[in-house]
Amino acid sequence: MSAQPGRRLRRLEPAAIGGVMSREVANFRTYWKGTTFSSILEPIVYLLAFGLGLSATLVDEVGGVPYVQFVGTGMVATAVIFSSALPAMFGTFVKHRFQNTYDAILAAPVDVEELVSAEMLWIGLRASVYGCVPLLVTIGFGLDPAWGMLLVPIFCLFTALGFAGFGIAMAAIVAKIDQFNYVTALFVTPLFLVSGAFFPIDELPQGFQILAQLNPLHQLVELVRGGAFGYEAVDLLRVAGLVAFAFVMWRIAINRMEARLID
Amino acid sequence: MAAIELRGAVKRFGPITAVDGLDLEVPEGICLGLLGPNGAGKSTTMRLLTGQAIADSGKLRVLGHELPGDSKAARAEMGVVPQLDNLDVDVTVEDNLAVYARLYRVPDVGAAVDKALDLARLRGRRRDAVDKLSGGMRRRLLLARGLVHEPKLILLDEPTVGLDPQIRTELWTLIDNLRTRGTTILMSTHYIEEAERLADEVAVMDKGKIIARATPAELIAAHAGTHTAEIYGPPERLTEVRAIAEGQGLPVRPAGPAIAIVGSERAADGAVPEDAVIRAASLEDVFVLLTGAEAE
Ligand SMILES: Nc1ncnc2c1ncn2[C@@H]1O[C@H](COP(=O)(O)OP(=O)(O)OP(=O)(O)O)[C@@H](O)[C@H]1O
Ligand SMILES: [Mg+2]
Repeated sequence: MSAQPGRRLRRLEPAAIGGVMSREVANFRTYWKGTTFSSILEPIVYLLAFGLGLSATLVDEVGGVPYVQFVGTGMVATAVIFSSALPAMFGTFVKHRFQNTYDAILAAPVDVEELVSAEMLWIGLRASVYGCVPLLVTIGFGLDPAWGMLLVPIFCLFTALGFAGFGIAMAAIVAKIDQFNYVTALFVTPLFLVSGAFFPIDELPQGFQILAQLNPLHQLVELVRGGAFGYEAVDLLRVAGLVAFAFVMWRIAINRMEARLID
Repeated sequence: MAAIELRGAVKRFGPITAVDGLDLEVPEGICLGLLGPNGAGKSTTMRLLTGQAIADSGKLRVLGHELPGDSKAARAEMGVVPQLDNLDVDVTVEDNLAVYARLYRVPDVGAAVDKALDLARLRGRRRDAVDKLSGGMRRRLLLARGLVHEPKLILLDEPTVGLDPQIRTELWTLIDNLRTRGTTILMSTHYIEEAERLADEVAVMDKGKIIARATPAELIAAHAGTHTAEIYGPPERLTEVRAIAEGQGLPVRPAGPAIAIVGSERAADGAVPEDAVIRAASLEDVFVLLTGAEAE
């Protein structure tokens, strides 16, 4: 039943990637309820608090869009980064340093490249599903469904792949788990605040606006709003940017994990 | 063809040379015990064999595959049982096995899982989460996971370290069954008894090199002789006895609170006191003489 002699083993074999993902699925079955519950409850709470609270007192609408719908579409990006970067950071660190899971996987015919790709793909797919939840909740709060929204899971997937790669690379780089505090404070929180999810960035000083263009989350926010309120030509560029982000992070994650896992 | 062939393998970690020009050949079908004190380089050798460490120099072949280039093909045909338990604790017993059956590209995952469950005698617990199992069951599962694809070669890195004696005996039985079936086994250990019971041949490793290799009986005959005399008493007396024995060219080693004169059958009159406990020479005598380490 062992491998047939002479069978070629290539790079990025679907069997290896599928096997690693099946491990994640088996684990997910033990904790999906909690994750799913909070992913649904969170946007509802935010929309009630921010949307209804703020629009009753301070802001009514942004660029002709009711504030609840503005925040609701923006929250897709928040959901994506929090269900990709953070699980990638903590999950990878725990599996590698505390549970020795990767030692066992790499003793099987699986390369670091396949391992990292499988972990990214799993996190990316999961986060793209969770990313759509705020959009559905916002529809419940009165946003009109639009055909363009059907592309949102794809935008979420590329963004989530990029942030999963980012999180995995960070897990390979940090020496101790509490150094994730720096990563969160320096990258995750600023990226999410200056994404345009909660307030339009064109009110910000010029410097911030340029920075925001480099922020994948901002591009995602714009794309989701495109899906809800109508795309523009520049959105193609945004998609290309997200694909490039995912690709670069994929290679960086593989490179850093190889350095960490192979002596 | 040998299952494992290492020629002049070197692995350095900064200033430390963990594996220092290691030559090791493991013929097919035997169980080789790699016996060495802490830090001898046993785990590093295992990691070289799975491609998780890359040698700085030397030639390495596993099951005919050149390392590190063809390491993936080699890994497909071998099984590894780690020193540390790294099962997925929240997941069921059968899912743990199924994941590895897939990673090893086993064509019929269900059948392979059933076989592994039988081997680990865990059929009745297949749907339980791993953290519901006893320590012994977890160990059996860990071993079965490494065997789920019925590998030709299996690497066991200190398979019973830190386990209580009953669990250890259970595992020994399982490993012995594998050996009978003809699976090639490379097993690192620092338990003498484990090597004595399971290994067809023992290689003593120290400071990254093999310093002796033969069957346990041959090693004992060559390095220890037939008998060992153990002498207990106050330190001054032991020092005295030691001096006399060493004066006659007999090796003496510490044995806990006692000292042991190895090869006491060769002692001239007066070297072995009347109250000495004479026993058959053991692999432990050889190990301590060769490595200078107190055995466990
Ligand atoms: N990743 C690493 N980085 C730095 N040094 C290492 C690394 N791995 C092993 N070493 C060093 O290499 C030497 C050999 O270690 P190794 O783990 O191979 O020994 P061992 O024979 O398995 O010992 P033990 O019986 O304690 O498990 C030790 O000095 C160890 O500190
Ligand atoms: Mg070791």
